[in-house]
Parts: sequence; structure tokens; C-alpha cells
Amino acid sequence: MLNSFYLAWQYIRFYKLRSTILIACITLITFLPLSLQLLLNKSEDVLFQRASETPLLLGAKSSPLDLVLNSLYFDDETPTLISLNAADIIWDSEMASAIPLYIRFKARKTPIVGTTLDYFSYRKLELSSGRLLNLLGETVIGANVAKRLNLKVGDTLLSSPETVFDLAGIYPLKMKVVGILQPAYTIDDEAVLVDIKTTWIIEGLVHGHEDVTQIKDQSVILSSDAENVSANAKLMHYNEITEDNIDSFHIHGDTSQYPLTAIIVIPNDEKSGTLLRGRFINHEQYQLVKPITVIDGLMESVFRIKHIIDGVVFLVGIATLLAIFLVFSLSLRLREKEFATVFKMGGNRLTTAYLMSTEIIIIGFISLVACFLLLMLITHYSTEIVRLLIIQ
Amino acid sequence: MININGLKFNYSDFVQQYNGFQLAIDELIIDANEKVAIVGPSGSGKTTLLNLLSGIYVPQTGSIEIAGTHISQLSDKQRRAFRINHIGFIFQDFALIDFLTVQDNIIHPYRISKALKLTKDVVERIQVLAELMGISDKLNRYPQQLSQGEKQRVAICRALLPGPSLLLADEATGNLDPDNKQKILELIFNSADTFNATLITVTHDHELLPHFDRVIDFKTFVSSTKAVVQKENGKVSGQKGNFHAQ
Repeated sequence: MLNSFYLAWQYIRFYKLRSTILIACITLITFLPLSLQLLLNKSEDVLFQRASETPLLLGAKSSPLDLVLNSLYFDDETPTLISLNAADIIWDSEMASAIPLYIRFKARKTPIVGTTLDYFSYRKLELSSGRLLNLLGETVIGANVAKRLNLKVGDTLLSSPETVFDLAGIYPLKMKVVGILQPAYTIDDEAVLVDIKTTWIIEGLVHGHEDVTQIKDQSVILSSDAENVSANAKLMHYNEITEDNIDSFHIHGDTSQYPLTAIIVIPNDEKSGTLLRGRFINHEQYQLVKPITVIDGLMESVFRIKHIIDGVVFLVGIATLLAIFLVFSLSLRLREKEFATVFKMGGNRLTTAYLMSTEIIIIGFISLVACFLLLMLITHYSTEIVRLLIIQ
Repeated sequence: MININGLKFNYSDFVQQYNGFQLAIDELIIDANEKVAIVGPSGSGKTTLLNLLSGIYVPQTGSIEIAGTHISQLSDKQRRAFRINHIGFIFQDFALIDFLTVQDNIIHPYRISKALKLTKDVVERIQVLAELMGISDKLNRYPQQLSQGEKQRVAICRALLPGPSLLLADEATGNLDPDNKQKILELIFNSADTFNATLITVTHDHELLPHFDRVIDFKTFVSSTKAVVQKENGKVSGQKGNFHAQ
């Protein structure tokens, strides 16, 4: 047996290219369906877990999937915006509490989640260092963000403009990291959490600038009377909130009309939830969706596609196995002389079968080990892959 | 050493294309340590005789006795064990395994049969044999890295390693240039002497015949249905056998 393994191994080693191709074929054909199943199971877990922890979501009447993916998994696709007064509707109903969300901006490719402190307690997010949000311009970052961007409490993080040519003039905001979360093993590990007003500062709706009444450079002033002073674009806007300039930050307009992407609605009880959903069934502006139902629909579509992929992989698998069979048949013919020599010297005719079987076993074993290692790798990065391939 | 009696063999049981061929040997005796050359036209049964002597083929009638063992009466498994223990094969095309190193090629018989045990002594003997054949510095090379002469030296080492009492060489010098031909033949002769082995060589090369103790010419035999036995130096010593091919 050992000799068969030795000889088969020498053969595999000598014909490296042929063996590598065979191993790669078997590895891929085994790995593809298994990894697909693994990723789908993982995505099912990730998506369902988060969805089941979020009873209801209020958003604009558009795609429920966009609303759920953005609010729960911080997807890049921003849903149609709603205004802050939608939260008042929920509060006024006295049947549920509301946690506003504004998930639109990014800082170094990481989603900025504008919300309130209720979000932290609702998602059971614990701090590993620092403190929670107190002031405008402060941020608490997820564990993975801190690791990936090498940030610690006291560092700053700059928000990114929405587009490279941001002519609307949304200035990057330098945010101060005041807290780092413990790993929650959810998408919150990948988030930059800020107060909802901070996201409005990033958007330019809340801003701070030099006191126009105190400016010495008169070229900045457009007009001035007893009640109003108008300044031109030369007026310096602050891109960092400090103790010195925090008082200069102010809101223009009606805050109830300020934008949100969604509101997490937490009904007081099941009945309240049902009643609330009833109220929004035919609402003109808003929709109140049950995330678990939306995700269920999404997974149904994903699994329908998976069945098609399974079929394709099955056919490719058969083709690969036939090709492998052909390779071994040709190999058998090419090695006829070698096997004849073995027999002439006194070897059993079955030696040929032993050698070929051992070779197949070794190649199969290496392929399975390679497949196993790849699956381990996929398992290790499954959350990131699911986020990259399915959520985004 | 070898005693063949009333042997009759045809391929009808094996290969259809040889249907009609028949080898018949009434009597053939080859002494221990004798060096015998078999010559004759293609298809006259020279290689068939080697295959019968090694037990690859079994005659339909008659007996083959080698060193006191009636190999035609042995089972397939016993014949294989006898072959690997007592018979060394040297082929015209060397029959080396291209994916094995020289050392692994020499050791190959020990890896393909349980009848031989691979021990430390065997591995040490490889070194001795390799030095004897002048290939001790090439043990880690692959056959494709060797010259024709070196390949045949490796094949001889492989044939000699189990210490056979009978060496069968089928056109062993057929693929070699004249210089190498002489050297390899010399090596085979010396090896047979060193290991006290009987040597039977099939050859088409008449220049080499004077070196042998005896030459059996299948062509003469076919026409006369008598064995022709020649002694070394071209002297005819008389008949020692009686065989024919049809």
C-alpha cells in the first residue's frame, strides 16, 4: 500500500502541470456549490437575524427592499427621503417609539449612520472604550472600523463628499472619535455612528461660520441693515466643531422638514404594531414595512437563482468529471508500456489498477483539502462577502 | 539449470493475430552460468521463448524446469513471485519509468511485488551496483537526463538487484551505438559472472555471437526442425536441444 502511494505520488509530482490542473478542476467543482450554499446560508442568517430584530420600518413610499437594505444593512442605495415629522406621527400615535435614521454619507468608504442614543440601547451596542455621543461632530465607531482605519478615541475622521465634483458645497466634516464599540458581530461593527444633527451638518443644513456682525473684512459683506447681514461665499465655514465655535452652529428653516432615510418603529406590543401597520396601508407618503417579510421575499428570489446556478454547476460538474475520466483513460493508454514492464518484472496485473486508484485517491484528497481550506477562508470572510455580494 | 521437455505453445489462447504460430521444443538443456545467444528472424519465437522461460506464458504441453522448479506447474501468483525473485529482465528499450529517479527505477521491482522485501541491505546494494555500472553519481537523475548507454546500465542494475539466477536480455544492445554495445555486453557478461547467473540473450547482432558459450539459431532450426548448437569461437559442439517453430 505504501509503495503504491509512493509511486503514485512520484507520478503526480513529476507531472506537476497535469496534476495541478486536475486538482484545480476537482477543487473548483466541489468548492463552487459548497461555497455558494455556505454563503447563502450565511446571508440567510445575517439578513434574517437583523430583520427579525427590527420589528417595523417607516420610510417613503418606494422600494421596500431599498428601504430595508439601507436601514438594516447600510446599503449604498439611498431610499427616497422622508422628513423628521414622520417620527412625530409615530410618537403621537402613542403606540410605538421611533428611532430616526439618516444613512446617506460616508467617511473613508464607511457608512455614516445618523441616529439618536436610543439606537445604541436598542441594538445593545456596548462601548469598549470612550463614551457615547454628547456633542455635535462627535462619532462612535464600530469595532471593525476602528481596526481597519486604525482609529482610537481622540482621533478624527473626515466625512467624504457625496461626489468628487460636489458643486453644492457640502464641506467634509472633521468628526472626533469619542467612543469605540465592542464587536457586535453585526453590520454595526462596520458603521460610523453620529447624532442625526451631525449628518445634517455634513449635508450643510446645520452649519457654523464666522459671526458676520464681527467680521472686519468688509469684502465678505454683501449687504447690511439693522436686522440682517448678508455675506458672500467668501465667508469662512467651519469644518470642525470645537468648543470655541460650537455656539456658531445653527439651523436654518423648519427642522420638522429635515431629511431622514427611515425610522425604526418599535411598537409597544403586537396589537399596537398591527394597528400601526393598518394605519399606513394606504398612506400616500409613507410605508410601514415588516423587514422580515421583505427579507423573506428577497431570499426566495436568491434561492430561485441558486437553483438555476445549482443546475449549471451540476452540468459543468458532469462535464468536468467526463474530462477527468478522459484524462485518466488517456493516461492509462500512455502508460501501457510502463504497466507491461511492471507485469514482465513480476508485478500483479492489478498493480496497474492499484497505482491508478491511488493516484486518483491522492488527487481527490488534495482537492478536498484545498476545497476545505477555501471553504474555511470563505467562512472566515463570509460576513464581508455576504455584505459585498448580496447586500451591496 | 534450465530443462525444457516436450514444450508446445501457441498464441491462440492469447492473441488472435498470432493464430497459427506454434513453438515446439522437444528438449533444451541450458547449464548453470552458461551464456546463450538466441538468433533468428523476426517472428521465429525468440521472445516467445523468453516469455515462456519467465513464466509470462504457460505452454499448452510440456514442462519448463528452472533451477529445480517446474514453473509451468506453478499458479499465476507463484510464477510472478518466482519471476521477480529469480529472473532479471533487460529490455531493448530499457523500459525505465520516466517519472522515477534512477535510484527509484533500480528499486522498482521491490515496490511492485510483495515477494521482495525492501530492506536497508537492498538500498546499500544499489550503491554497490551503481558503482559497478559507473552510474553512482546519477542516482538522483531522471531517465530523460541520461544517455542511451547510461539508461541501459540502469536497466541492468534493476535486473540484477534482486540477485537473479537467470538473466533474460531481449535485444539489450539493440538501441546502442557500436562502442556502447561492446561495453554494455561486457557489463552484462561480468554481472552474470559476478552474480553466478545464467544468461540468455536474444540478439540480431551477429558480431556479438562469438562472445557467447552457445548460439541457438532459430532460422536453421526452422528449416531442419533440429536445434543447432554452436560453441564459442564458432566450433560446433553438437546438439543439446531439439525444437521447432511453425
